[in-house]
Amino acid sequence: MKRFSSFLTALTLAVAALSAQTAAPTPVLSSGNTAWLLAATALVMFMTAPALGLFYGGLVRKKNVLSVLMQCFAALAIVSVIWVAFGYSLAFSDTEIIPGVLGDFKWAFFNGMTPEVLSPYYISDATGRVPHLVFAMFQCMFAVITPALIAGAFAERMKFSFFVLFTALWEILIYIPLAHMVWSANGVLFKLGVLDFAGGTVVHINAGFAALAVVLLLGKRSNHRTLPPHNLAYTMMGAAMLWFGWFGFNAGSSLAADGIGASAFVATNSAAAAAGLVWPFLDWLINKRPTILGAATGAVVGLVAVTPAAGFVNPAGAMAIGAIATIVCFFMVTVVKEKLGYDDALDAFGCHGIGGIVGALLTGVFADPRLWKAFGATYSGALYGNPGQLGIQAIGVLVSVCLAFFGTLIIYKLVDLVLRARVSVHEEEVGLDITQHNERAYTVID
Amino acid sequence: MKMVIAIIQPWRLEYVKEALYAAEVKLMTVSEVLGHGRQDGAPEIYRGQKETGNLLRKIRLEIAVNEAFVEPTIAAIQKGAKTGEVGDGKIFVYELAEVVRIRTGERGGKAIG
Repeated sequence: MKRFSSFLTALTLAVAALSAQTAAPTPVLSSGNTAWLLAATALVMFMTAPALGLFYGGLVRKKNVLSVLMQCFAALAIVSVIWVAFGYSLAFSDTEIIPGVLGDFKWAFFNGMTPEVLSPYYISDATGRVPHLVFAMFQCMFAVITPALIAGAFAERMKFSFFVLFTALWEILIYIPLAHMVWSANGVLFKLGVLDFAGGTVVHINAGFAALAVVLLLGKRSNHRTLPPHNLAYTMMGAAMLWFGWFGFNAGSSLAADGIGASAFVATNSAAAAAGLVWPFLDWLINKRPTILGAATGAVVGLVAVTPAAGFVNPAGAMAIGAIATIVCFFMVTVVKEKLGYDDALDAFGCHGIGGIVGALLTGVFADPRLWKAFGATYSGALYGNPGQLGIQAIGVLVSVCLAFFGTLIIYKLVDLVLRARVSVHEEEVGLDITQHNERAYTVID
Repeated sequence: MKMVIAIIQPWRLEYVKEALYAAEVKLMTVSEVLGHGRQDGAPEIYRGQKETGNLLRKIRLEIAVNEAFVEPTIAAIQKGAKTGEVGDGKIFVYELAEVVRIRTGERGGKAIG
Protein backbone atom coordinates (compact mmCIF):
# COMPACT_ATOMS: atom_id res chain seq x y z
CA MET A 1 0.00 0.00 0.00
CA LYS A 2 1.80 2.78 -1.18
CA ARG A 3 -1.48 4.53 -1.22
CA PHE A 4 -0.14 7.64 0.32
CA SER A 5 3.29 6.44 1.05
CA SER A 6 4.37 5.93 -2.50
CA PHE A 7 3.62 9.53 -2.97
CA LEU A 8 6.09 10.64 -0.43
CA THR A 9 8.27 11.78 -3.22
CA ALA A 10 5.35 13.47 -4.89
CA LEU A 11 4.18 15.14 -1.73
CA THR A 12 1.98 17.56 -3.54
CA LEU A 13 -0.33 14.77 -4.62
CA ALA A 14 -0.45 13.32 -1.14
CA VAL A 15 -1.47 16.59 0.35
CA ALA A 16 -4.02 16.98 -2.40
CA ALA A 17 -5.58 13.77 -1.20
CA LEU A 18 -6.81 15.21 2.04
CA SER A 19 -7.50 18.71 0.90
CA ALA A 20 -9.40 17.42 -2.10
CA GLN A 21 -12.65 17.36 -0.18
CA THR A 22 -12.65 21.14 0.07
CA ALA A 23 -10.59 22.22 -2.92
CA ALA A 24 -10.43 20.65 -6.42
CA PRO A 25 -13.39 19.14 -8.32
CA THR A 26 -15.75 16.92 -6.32
CA PRO A 27 -14.48 13.30 -6.40
CA VAL A 28 -16.83 10.67 -7.79
CA LEU A 29 -17.38 7.02 -6.92
CA SER A 30 -16.03 4.43 -9.36
CA SER A 31 -18.09 1.26 -9.35
CA GLY A 32 -15.24 -0.58 -11.12
CA ASN A 33 -12.71 0.38 -8.46
CA THR A 34 -15.22 -0.40 -5.71
CA ALA A 35 -15.97 -3.85 -7.15
CA TRP A 36 -12.28 -4.72 -7.37
CA LEU A 37 -11.43 -3.46 -3.89
CA LEU A 38 -14.34 -5.35 -2.31
CA ALA A 39 -13.09 -8.51 -4.03
CA ALA A 40 -9.48 -7.76 -3.04
CA THR A 41 -10.59 -7.33 0.58
CA ALA A 42 -12.18 -10.78 0.52
CA LEU A 43 -8.99 -12.19 -1.07
CA VAL A 44 -6.86 -10.82 1.77
CA MET A 45 -9.29 -12.24 4.36
CA PHE A 46 -8.83 -15.61 2.60
CA MET A 47 -5.07 -15.39 3.22
CA THR A 48 -5.48 -15.59 7.00
CA ALA A 49 -8.22 -18.17 7.34
CA PRO A 50 -8.04 -20.63 5.63
CA ALA A 51 -4.75 -20.14 3.73
CA LEU A 52 -2.32 -19.32 6.54
CA GLY A 53 -4.14 -21.74 8.85
CA LEU A 54 -3.59 -24.60 6.42
CA PHE A 55 -0.01 -23.56 5.58
CA TYR A 56 0.92 -23.53 9.26
CA GLY A 57 -1.49 -26.31 10.31
CA GLY A 58 0.10 -28.88 8.02
CA LEU A 59 3.54 -28.14 9.45
CA VAL A 60 2.77 -28.86 13.10
CA ARG A 61 2.21 -32.22 14.74
CA LYS A 62 -1.24 -33.83 14.62
CA LYS A 63 -1.93 -32.97 18.23
CA ASN A 64 -1.53 -29.21 17.60
CA VAL A 65 -3.21 -28.65 14.24
CA LEU A 66 -6.44 -27.27 15.70
CA SER A 67 -4.57 -24.84 17.95
CA VAL A 68 -2.89 -23.29 14.91
CA LEU A 69 -6.12 -23.11 12.89
CA MET A 70 -7.79 -21.54 15.92
CA GLN A 71 -5.06 -18.92 16.34
CA CYS A 72 -5.48 -17.80 12.72
CA PHE A 73 -9.26 -17.77 13.02
CA ALA A 74 -9.14 -15.97 16.36
CA ALA A 75 -6.81 -13.32 14.94
CA LEU A 76 -9.45 -12.62 12.28
CA ALA A 77 -12.17 -12.19 14.89
CA ILE A 78 -10.16 -10.29 17.54
CA VAL A 79 -8.58 -7.82 15.15
CA SER A 80 -11.81 -7.23 13.21
CA VAL A 81 -13.55 -6.17 16.44
CA ILE A 82 -10.67 -3.90 17.47
CA TRP A 83 -10.42 -2.44 13.98
CA VAL A 84 -14.07 -1.44 13.68
CA ALA A 85 -14.27 -0.25 17.30
CA PHE A 86 -11.30 2.12 17.24
CA GLY A 87 -8.31 0.53 15.44
CA TYR A 88 -9.00 1.96 12.02
CA SER A 89 -9.53 5.40 13.47
CA LEU A 90 -6.30 5.34 15.47
CA ALA A 91 -4.35 4.10 12.46
CA PHE A 92 -5.77 6.32 9.74
CA SER A 93 -7.51 9.42 11.10
CA ASP A 94 -5.96 12.71 10.00
CA THR A 95 -6.43 14.28 13.44
CA GLU A 96 -3.95 12.87 15.90
CA ILE A 97 -3.33 12.09 19.56
CA ILE A 98 0.41 11.76 18.97
CA PRO A 99 1.48 13.71 15.88
CA GLY A 100 2.94 11.46 13.20
CA VAL A 101 2.50 8.34 15.32
CA LEU A 102 -1.14 7.81 16.34
CA GLY A 103 -4.50 9.10 15.13
CA ASP A 104 -7.54 9.73 17.33
CA PHE A 105 -11.03 8.30 17.85
CA LYS A 106 -13.01 10.34 15.36
CA TRP A 107 -13.81 7.29 13.18
CA ALA A 108 -14.48 4.95 16.13
CA PHE A 109 -17.18 2.41 15.14
CA PHE A 110 -16.83 3.92 11.67
CA ASN A 111 -18.57 7.02 12.97
CA GLY A 112 -19.50 9.35 10.12
CA MET A 113 -18.52 6.79 7.49
CA THR A 114 -21.99 6.50 5.96
CA PRO A 115 -22.24 4.60 2.65
CA GLU A 116 -22.03 7.70 0.44
CA VAL A 117 -18.78 8.99 2.00
CA LEU A 118 -15.80 8.45 -0.30
CA SER A 119 -12.36 7.33 0.90
CA PRO A 120 -9.98 10.19 1.70
CA TYR A 121 -7.23 7.68 0.84
CA TYR A 122 -6.59 7.09 -2.82
CA ILE A 123 -3.65 7.09 -5.18
CA SER A 124 -5.09 8.85 -8.15
CA ASP A 125 -8.45 10.51 -8.73
CA ALA A 126 -8.22 9.65 -12.43
CA THR A 127 -10.69 6.75 -12.32
CA GLY A 128 -12.75 7.77 -9.29
CA ARG A 129 -12.77 6.65 -5.67
CA VAL A 130 -14.14 3.88 -3.47
CA PRO A 131 -16.39 4.27 -0.42
CA HIS A 132 -14.51 5.02 2.79
CA LEU A 133 -16.00 1.80 4.23
CA VAL A 134 -14.27 -0.30 1.56
CA PHE A 135 -10.86 1.25 2.22
CA ALA A 136 -11.32 0.71 5.97
CA MET A 137 -12.20 -2.97 5.51
CA PHE A 138 -9.36 -3.55 3.01
CA GLN A 139 -7.04 -2.20 5.71
CA CYS A 140 -8.78 -4.38 8.30
CA MET A 141 -7.64 -7.56 6.54
CA PHE A 142 -4.01 -6.37 6.56
CA ALA A 143 -4.33 -5.70 10.28
CA VAL A 144 -5.74 -9.23 10.69
CA ILE A 145 -3.05 -11.19 8.89
CA THR A 146 -0.07 -9.52 10.58
CA PRO A 147 -0.52 -10.95 14.11
CA ALA A 148 -1.62 -14.28 12.56
CA LEU A 149 1.75 -14.49 10.79
CA ILE A 150 3.55 -14.26 14.14
CA ALA A 151 1.71 -17.37 15.35
CA GLY A 152 3.97 -19.52 13.18
CA ALA A 153 6.94 -18.74 15.42
CA PHE A 154 5.42 -19.67 18.77
CA ALA A 155 3.35 -22.62 17.53
CA GLU A 156 2.91 -25.73 19.70
CA ARG A 157 3.64 -24.18 23.11
CA MET A 158 1.66 -20.98 23.87
CA LYS A 159 -1.41 -20.83 26.10
CA PHE A 160 -4.49 -19.70 24.20
CA SER A 161 -5.39 -17.13 26.86
CA PHE A 162 -1.96 -15.54 26.48
CA PHE A 163 -2.35 -15.57 22.70
CA VAL A 164 -5.65 -13.68 22.88
CA LEU A 165 -4.41 -10.94 25.18
CA PHE A 166 -1.04 -10.65 23.43
CA THR A 167 -2.65 -10.40 19.98
CA ALA A 168 -5.05 -7.67 21.08
CA LEU A 169 -2.36 -5.59 22.81
CA TRP A 170 0.18 -6.12 20.05
CA GLU A 171 -2.35 -4.98 17.47
CA ILE A 172 -3.13 -1.80 19.40
CA LEU A 173 0.38 -0.89 20.59
CA ILE A 174 2.56 -2.01 17.65
CA TYR A 175 0.58 -2.56 14.46
CA ILE A 176 -1.65 0.49 14.66
CA PRO A 177 1.11 3.06 15.40
CA LEU A 178 3.37 1.57 12.70
CA ALA A 179 0.50 1.62 10.19
CA HIS A 180 -0.10 5.27 11.07
CA MET A 181 3.58 6.17 10.72
CA VAL A 182 3.90 4.48 7.33
CA TRP A 183 0.50 5.01 5.71
CA SER A 184 -1.26 8.05 7.13
CA ALA A 185 -0.61 11.37 5.42
CA ASN A 186 0.95 12.78 8.59
CA GLY A 187 2.99 9.66 9.42
CA VAL A 188 6.67 10.17 10.23
CA LEU A 189 7.86 7.32 8.00
CA PHE A 190 5.49 8.32 5.24
CA LYS A 191 7.22 11.68 5.10
CA LEU A 192 10.63 10.03 4.90
CA GLY A 193 10.04 8.71 1.35
CA VAL A 194 10.25 4.97 1.94
CA LEU A 195 8.85 2.95 -0.96
CA ASP A 196 6.49 0.24 0.31
CA PHE A 197 3.75 -0.69 -2.11
CA ALA A 198 1.69 -3.20 -0.15
CA GLY A 199 3.08 -3.46 3.36
CA GLY A 200 6.52 -5.06 3.41
CA THR A 201 7.41 -3.04 6.51
CA VAL A 202 4.11 -2.79 8.37
CA VAL A 203 3.10 -6.39 7.74
CA HIS A 204 6.11 -8.60 7.04
CA ILE A 205 9.14 -7.03 8.74
CA ASN A 206 6.85 -6.12 11.62
CA ALA A 207 5.47 -9.66 12.02
CA GLY A 208 8.85 -11.29 11.42
CA PHE A 209 10.72 -9.36 14.11
CA ALA A 210 7.82 -9.59 16.55
CA ALA A 211 8.08 -13.35 15.97
CA LEU A 212 11.79 -13.34 16.81
CA ALA A 213 11.18 -11.34 20.00
CA VAL A 214 8.46 -13.75 21.14
CA VAL A 215 10.46 -16.94 20.58
CA LEU A 216 13.51 -15.51 22.37
CA LEU A 217 11.37 -14.88 25.47
CA LEU A 218 9.14 -17.94 25.16
CA GLY A 219 11.96 -20.43 24.64
CA LYS A 220 12.14 -23.64 22.68
CA ARG A 221 9.54 -26.32 22.54
CA SER A 222 10.33 -29.01 25.12
CA ASN A 223 12.05 -32.01 23.59
CA HIS A 224 12.76 -29.79 20.60
CA ARG A 225 13.82 -31.76 17.57
CA THR A 226 12.88 -31.86 13.94
CA LEU A 227 9.76 -33.91 13.39
CA PRO A 228 8.02 -34.51 10.08
CA PRO A 229 5.18 -32.07 9.32
CA HIS A 230 1.92 -33.94 9.93
CA ASN A 231 0.30 -33.08 6.59
CA LEU A 232 2.32 -31.45 3.82
CA ALA A 233 -0.70 -31.61 1.52
CA TYR A 234 -2.40 -29.02 3.80
CA THR A 235 0.76 -26.94 3.67
CA MET A 236 0.91 -27.04 -0.11
CA MET A 237 -2.79 -26.12 -0.44
CA GLY A 238 -2.26 -23.33 2.07
CA ALA A 239 0.70 -21.97 0.10
CA ALA A 240 -1.30 -22.03 -3.13
CA MET A 241 -4.18 -20.21 -1.42
CA LEU A 242 -1.75 -17.62 -0.06
CA TRP A 243 -0.46 -17.07 -3.59
CA PHE A 244 -4.09 -16.62 -4.74
CA GLY A 245 -4.97 -14.23 -1.91
CA TRP A 246 -1.80 -12.23 -2.43
CA PHE A 247 -3.22 -10.89 -5.71
CA GLY A 248 -5.74 -9.02 -3.56
CA PHE A 249 -3.02 -7.94 -1.12
CA ASN A 250 -0.68 -6.50 -3.76
CA ALA A 251 -2.80 -5.70 -6.80
CA GLY A 252 -5.51 -4.36 -4.48
CA SER A 253 -3.00 -1.95 -3.00
CA SER A 254 -3.26 0.30 -6.02
CA LEU A 255 -6.73 1.01 -4.54
CA ALA A 256 -8.12 1.00 -8.07
CA ALA A 257 -8.81 -1.41 -10.93
CA ASP A 258 -6.07 0.18 -13.01
CA GLY A 259 -2.74 -0.34 -14.76
CA ILE A 260 -0.66 -0.01 -11.60
CA GLY A 261 -2.78 -2.75 -10.03
CA ALA A 262 -2.18 -4.90 -13.12
CA SER A 263 1.55 -4.20 -12.89
CA ALA A 264 1.53 -5.24 -9.23
CA PHE A 265 -0.37 -8.40 -10.20
CA VAL A 266 2.33 -9.32 -12.75
CA ALA A 267 5.15 -8.61 -10.28
CA THR A 268 3.43 -10.71 -7.60
CA ASN A 269 3.05 -13.75 -9.80
CA SER A 270 6.55 -13.40 -11.28
CA ALA A 271 8.27 -13.22 -7.90
CA ALA A 272 6.30 -16.14 -6.45
CA ALA A 273 7.06 -18.27 -9.50
CA ALA A 274 10.80 -17.53 -9.51
CA ALA A 275 11.08 -18.12 -5.77
CA GLY A 276 8.98 -21.28 -5.95
CA LEU A 277 11.50 -22.65 -8.45
CA VAL A 278 14.68 -21.55 -6.68
CA TRP A 279 14.03 -23.12 -3.26
CA PRO A 280 13.38 -26.69 -4.49
CA PHE A 281 16.40 -26.38 -6.79
CA LEU A 282 18.55 -25.45 -3.78
CA ASP A 283 17.08 -28.49 -2.00
CA TRP A 284 17.97 -30.63 -4.98
CA LEU A 285 21.50 -29.32 -5.05
CA ILE A 286 22.18 -29.55 -1.31
CA ASN A 287 19.85 -32.25 0.04
CA LYS A 288 19.50 -34.41 -3.09
CA ARG A 289 15.74 -33.98 -3.61
CA PRO A 290 13.48 -31.12 -4.76
CA THR A 291 10.94 -30.94 -1.91
CA ILE A 292 7.25 -30.02 -1.83
CA LEU A 293 7.86 -28.06 1.35
CA GLY A 294 10.67 -26.22 -0.46
CA ALA A 295 8.38 -25.23 -3.34
CA ALA A 296 5.69 -24.01 -0.92
CA THR A 297 8.17 -22.14 1.28
CA GLY A 298 9.95 -20.57 -1.68
CA ALA A 299 6.72 -19.27 -3.20
CA VAL A 300 5.70 -17.66 0.10
CA VAL A 301 9.14 -16.05 0.50
CA GLY A 302 8.87 -14.66 -3.03
CA LEU A 303 5.44 -13.21 -2.23
CA VAL A 304 6.74 -11.65 0.99
CA ALA A 305 9.73 -10.11 -0.75
CA VAL A 306 7.77 -8.64 -3.65
CA THR A 307 5.16 -7.05 -1.36
CA PRO A 308 6.94 -3.68 -0.97
CA ALA A 309 8.15 -3.80 -4.59
CA ALA A 310 4.99 -4.77 -6.49
CA GLY A 311 3.81 -1.73 -8.41
CA PHE A 312 7.34 -0.27 -8.59
CA VAL A 313 9.25 -3.05 -10.37
CA ASN A 314 9.03 -4.65 -13.80
CA PRO A 315 8.61 -8.44 -14.18
CA ALA A 316 12.36 -9.10 -14.47
CA GLY A 317 12.99 -7.08 -11.32
CA ALA A 318 10.24 -9.01 -9.53
CA MET A 319 11.77 -12.35 -10.50
CA ALA A 320 15.19 -11.18 -9.35
CA ILE A 321 13.73 -10.09 -5.99
CA GLY A 322 11.96 -13.44 -5.56
CA ALA A 323 15.08 -15.43 -6.41
CA ILE A 324 17.50 -13.41 -4.26
CA ALA A 325 15.18 -13.39 -1.24
CA THR A 326 14.79 -17.16 -1.52
CA ILE A 327 18.54 -17.75 -1.49
CA VAL A 328 18.94 -15.57 1.62
CA CYS A 329 15.96 -17.15 3.43
CA PHE A 330 17.08 -20.67 2.52
CA PHE A 331 20.42 -19.95 4.17
CA MET A 332 18.74 -18.40 7.23
CA VAL A 333 16.31 -21.25 7.75
CA THR A 334 18.58 -24.21 6.99
CA VAL A 335 21.91 -22.99 8.41
CA VAL A 336 21.69 -19.88 10.62
CA LYS A 337 18.62 -20.94 12.60
CA GLU A 338 20.24 -24.19 13.66
CA LYS A 339 23.52 -22.45 14.57
CA LEU A 340 21.82 -19.80 16.72
CA GLY A 341 19.37 -22.30 18.21
CA TYR A 342 16.20 -20.18 18.51
CA ASP A 343 13.01 -22.16 17.97
CA ASP A 344 11.11 -20.27 15.27
CA ALA A 345 8.81 -23.27 14.85
CA LEU A 346 7.39 -22.57 11.39
CA ASP A 347 9.95 -19.96 10.26
CA ALA A 348 7.83 -16.83 10.64
CA PHE A 349 11.00 -14.84 11.28
CA GLY A 350 13.10 -16.67 8.70
CA CYS A 351 10.55 -16.12 5.92
CA HIS A 352 8.68 -12.90 6.81
CA GLY A 353 11.34 -10.99 8.75
CA ILE A 354 14.27 -11.80 6.51
CA GLY A 355 12.26 -11.99 3.26
CA GLY A 356 10.65 -8.67 4.19
CA ILE A 357 14.03 -6.97 4.68
CA VAL A 358 15.46 -8.32 1.44
CA GLY A 359 12.33 -7.19 -0.42
CA ALA A 360 12.34 -3.72 1.14
CA LEU A 361 16.01 -3.16 0.29
CA LEU A 362 15.75 -4.56 -3.23
CA THR A 363 12.77 -2.29 -3.91
CA GLY A 364 15.35 0.47 -3.62
CA VAL A 365 17.42 -1.30 -6.28
CA PHE A 366 14.88 -2.50 -8.84
CA ALA A 367 12.23 0.29 -8.75
CA ASP A 368 11.75 1.12 -12.43
CA PRO A 369 10.94 4.81 -13.18
CA ARG A 370 9.20 3.90 -16.45
CA LEU A 371 6.24 2.34 -14.57
CA TRP A 372 4.89 5.61 -13.15
CA LYS A 373 6.06 7.97 -15.88
CA ALA A 374 2.64 8.25 -17.47
CA PHE A 375 1.12 9.04 -14.06
CA GLY A 376 3.45 11.94 -13.41
CA ALA A 377 5.53 10.33 -10.67
CA THR A 378 9.06 8.94 -10.56
CA TYR A 379 10.17 6.04 -8.38
CA SER A 380 13.70 4.96 -9.20
CA GLY A 381 15.98 2.42 -7.60
CA ALA A 382 19.78 2.12 -7.60
CA LEU A 383 19.69 0.18 -10.84
CA TYR A 384 18.13 3.19 -12.56
CA GLY A 385 20.57 5.79 -11.28
CA ASN A 386 19.09 6.56 -7.87
CA PRO A 387 21.34 4.84 -5.29
CA GLY A 388 20.01 7.16 -2.56
CA GLN A 389 16.72 5.24 -2.52
CA LEU A 390 18.54 2.21 -1.11
CA GLY A 391 19.60 4.31 1.89
CA ILE A 392 16.03 5.52 2.45
CA GLN A 393 14.81 1.93 2.27
CA ALA A 394 17.45 0.93 4.83
CA ILE A 395 16.19 3.60 7.24
CA GLY A 396 12.63 2.32 6.81
CA VAL A 397 13.82 -1.22 7.55
CA LEU A 398 15.76 -0.15 10.62
CA VAL A 399 12.86 1.79 12.15
CA SER A 400 10.41 -1.09 11.55
CA VAL A 401 12.83 -3.69 12.91
CA CYS A 402 13.48 -1.70 16.10
CA LEU A 403 9.83 -0.86 16.75
CA ALA A 404 8.66 -4.41 16.09
CA PHE A 405 11.43 -6.15 18.04
CA PHE A 406 11.74 -3.94 21.12
CA GLY A 407 8.04 -3.06 21.22
CA THR A 408 7.13 -6.75 21.17
CA LEU A 409 9.59 -7.54 23.97
CA ILE A 410 7.81 -4.95 26.14
CA ILE A 411 4.29 -6.14 25.29
CA TYR A 412 5.22 -9.76 25.92
CA LYS A 413 6.60 -8.81 29.35
CA LEU A 414 3.43 -6.82 30.10
CA VAL A 415 1.09 -9.71 29.30
CA ASP A 416 3.47 -12.05 31.12
CA LEU A 417 2.74 -10.12 34.33
CA VAL A 418 -0.89 -11.24 34.14
CA LEU A 419 -0.75 -14.63 32.43
CA ARG A 420 1.83 -17.37 32.06
CA ALA A 421 2.80 -17.56 28.38
CA ARG A 422 3.68 -21.24 28.14
CA VAL A 423 1.63 -24.30 28.68
CA SER A 424 3.12 -26.82 31.13
CA VAL A 425 5.51 -29.46 29.79
CA HIS A 426 2.81 -32.07 30.31
CA GLU A 427 0.25 -30.01 28.37
CA GLU A 428 2.78 -29.52 25.61
CA GLU A 429 3.38 -33.28 25.40
CA VAL A 430 -0.33 -34.08 25.33
CA GLY A 431 -0.82 -31.37 22.70
CA LEU A 432 -2.55 -28.00 22.58
CA ASP A 433 -5.67 -29.29 20.81
CA ILE A 434 -6.76 -31.31 23.83
CA THR A 435 -5.28 -29.16 26.60
CA GLN A 436 -6.31 -25.75 25.26
CA HIS A 437 -9.52 -26.56 23.41
CA ASN A 438 -10.53 -30.07 24.53
CA GLU A 439 -10.99 -31.15 20.92
CA ARG A 440 -9.03 -33.21 18.43
CA ALA A 441 -8.72 -32.93 14.65
CA TYR A 442 -8.59 -36.59 13.73
CA THR A 443 -10.37 -39.59 15.17
CA VAL A 444 -8.82 -43.06 14.89
CA ILE A 445 -12.04 -45.07 14.55
CA ASP A 446 -15.09 -43.71 12.69
CA MET B 1 -2.58 -74.05 15.19
CA LYS B 2 -0.13 -71.21 14.69
CA MET B 3 -0.33 -67.42 14.43
CA VAL B 4 1.96 -66.09 11.71
CA ILE B 5 2.87 -62.41 12.04
CA ALA B 6 4.90 -60.69 9.37
CA ILE B 7 6.35 -57.17 9.20
CA ILE B 8 6.94 -56.24 5.56
CA GLN B 9 7.64 -53.26 3.32
CA PRO B 10 4.35 -51.47 2.46
CA TRP B 11 4.92 -51.67 -1.28
CA ARG B 12 5.39 -55.48 -1.12
CA LEU B 13 1.87 -56.09 0.26
CA GLU B 14 0.33 -56.71 -3.17
CA TYR B 15 3.03 -59.29 -4.03
CA VAL B 16 2.57 -61.03 -0.67
CA LYS B 17 -1.21 -61.22 -1.10
CA GLU B 18 -0.76 -62.69 -4.56
CA ALA B 19 1.63 -65.37 -3.24
CA LEU B 20 -0.68 -66.16 -0.30
CA TYR B 21 -3.69 -66.56 -2.61
CA ALA B 22 -1.64 -68.85 -4.85
CA ALA B 23 -0.90 -70.96 -1.74
CA GLU B 24 -4.64 -71.09 -0.91
CA VAL B 25 -4.20 -68.88 2.15
CA LYS B 26 -7.03 -66.36 1.91
CA LEU B 27 -7.53 -65.04 5.43
CA MET B 28 -5.48 -62.24 6.88
CA THR B 29 -5.54 -59.06 8.95
CA VAL B 30 -3.42 -56.14 7.72
CA SER B 31 -2.42 -53.02 9.64
CA GLU B 32 -0.16 -50.04 9.08
CA VAL B 33 2.58 -49.83 11.70
CA LEU B 34 5.81 -47.90 12.37
CA GLY B 35 9.15 -49.41 13.22
CA HIS B 36 12.68 -50.09 12.17
CA GLY B 37 15.27 -52.82 12.36
CA ARG B 38 19.05 -52.71 12.37
CA GLN B 39 19.20 -50.26 9.51
CA ASP B 40 17.97 -47.53 11.94
CA GLY B 41 15.57 -45.92 9.50
CA ALA B 42 16.30 -43.24 6.92
CA PRO B 43 15.93 -39.61 8.06
CA GLU B 44 13.79 -37.30 5.94
CA ILE B 45 14.79 -33.65 5.43
CA TYR B 46 12.40 -30.73 6.02
CA ARG B 47 13.54 -27.16 5.26
CA GLY B 48 17.10 -28.44 5.37
CA GLN B 49 16.77 -30.00 8.84
CA LYS B 50 17.10 -33.76 9.25
CA GLU B 51 14.11 -35.13 11.12
CA THR B 52 14.95 -37.33 14.07
CA GLY B 53 11.80 -39.41 14.52
CA ASN B 54 13.13 -42.09 12.20
CA LEU B 55 10.45 -44.78 12.48
CA LEU B 56 9.61 -46.19 9.06
CA ARG B 57 6.22 -47.12 7.69
CA LYS B 58 5.71 -50.90 7.61
CA ILE B 59 2.84 -53.31 7.07
CA ARG B 60 1.95 -55.92 9.70
CA LEU B 61 0.17 -59.10 8.56
CA GLU B 62 -1.56 -61.46 10.98
CA ILE B 63 -2.57 -64.88 9.70
CA ALA B 64 -3.96 -67.73 11.83
CA VAL B 65 -3.33 -71.14 10.21
CA ASN B 66 -3.67 -74.88 10.86
CA GLU B 67 -0.43 -76.87 11.04
CA ALA B 68 -0.55 -77.98 7.41
CA PHE B 69 -0.55 -74.39 6.23
CA VAL B 70 2.30 -73.05 8.39
CA GLU B 71 5.16 -73.72 5.98
CA PRO B 72 3.26 -72.76 2.79
CA THR B 73 2.24 -69.49 4.47
CA ILE B 74 5.81 -68.67 5.50
CA ALA B 75 7.07 -69.56 2.03
CA ALA B 76 4.43 -67.38 0.36
CA ILE B 77 5.18 -64.36 2.55
CA GLN B 78 8.89 -64.72 1.94
CA LYS B 79 8.35 -65.11 -1.80
CA GLY B 80 6.21 -61.98 -1.96
CA ALA B 81 8.16 -59.76 0.43
CA LYS B 82 11.77 -60.57 -0.42
CA THR B 83 13.74 -58.02 -2.43
CA GLY B 84 17.18 -58.85 -1.01
CA GLU B 85 17.53 -55.31 0.37
CA VAL B 86 17.88 -54.30 4.01
CA GLY B 87 14.40 -53.64 5.44
CA ASP B 88 12.52 -56.57 3.87
CA GLY B 89 11.16 -57.41 7.32
CA LYS B 90 10.59 -60.44 9.54
CA ILE B 91 8.17 -63.32 10.11
CA PHE B 92 7.21 -64.42 13.64
CA VAL B 93 5.35 -67.67 14.38
CA TYR B 94 3.50 -68.22 17.68
CA GLU B 95 1.58 -71.15 19.13
CA LEU B 96 -2.13 -70.36 18.95
CA ALA B 97 -4.12 -71.48 22.03
CA GLU B 98 -7.66 -71.08 20.80
CA VAL B 99 -9.80 -69.73 17.94
CA VAL B 100 -13.52 -68.92 18.16
CA ARG B 101 -15.73 -68.07 15.18
CA ILE B 102 -18.02 -65.40 16.58
CA ARG B 103 -21.01 -66.12 14.31
CA THR B 104 -21.32 -69.86 15.04
CA GLY B 105 -19.33 -70.42 18.20
CA GLU B 106 -17.16 -73.07 16.46
CA ARG B 107 -13.76 -73.53 18.07
CA GLY B 108 -10.23 -74.66 17.17
CA GLY B 109 -9.07 -75.78 13.72
CA LYS B 110 -12.60 -75.70 12.28
CA ALA B 111 -12.94 -72.03 13.17
CA ILE B 112 -9.77 -70.95 11.38
CA GLY B 113 -10.66 -71.57 7.74
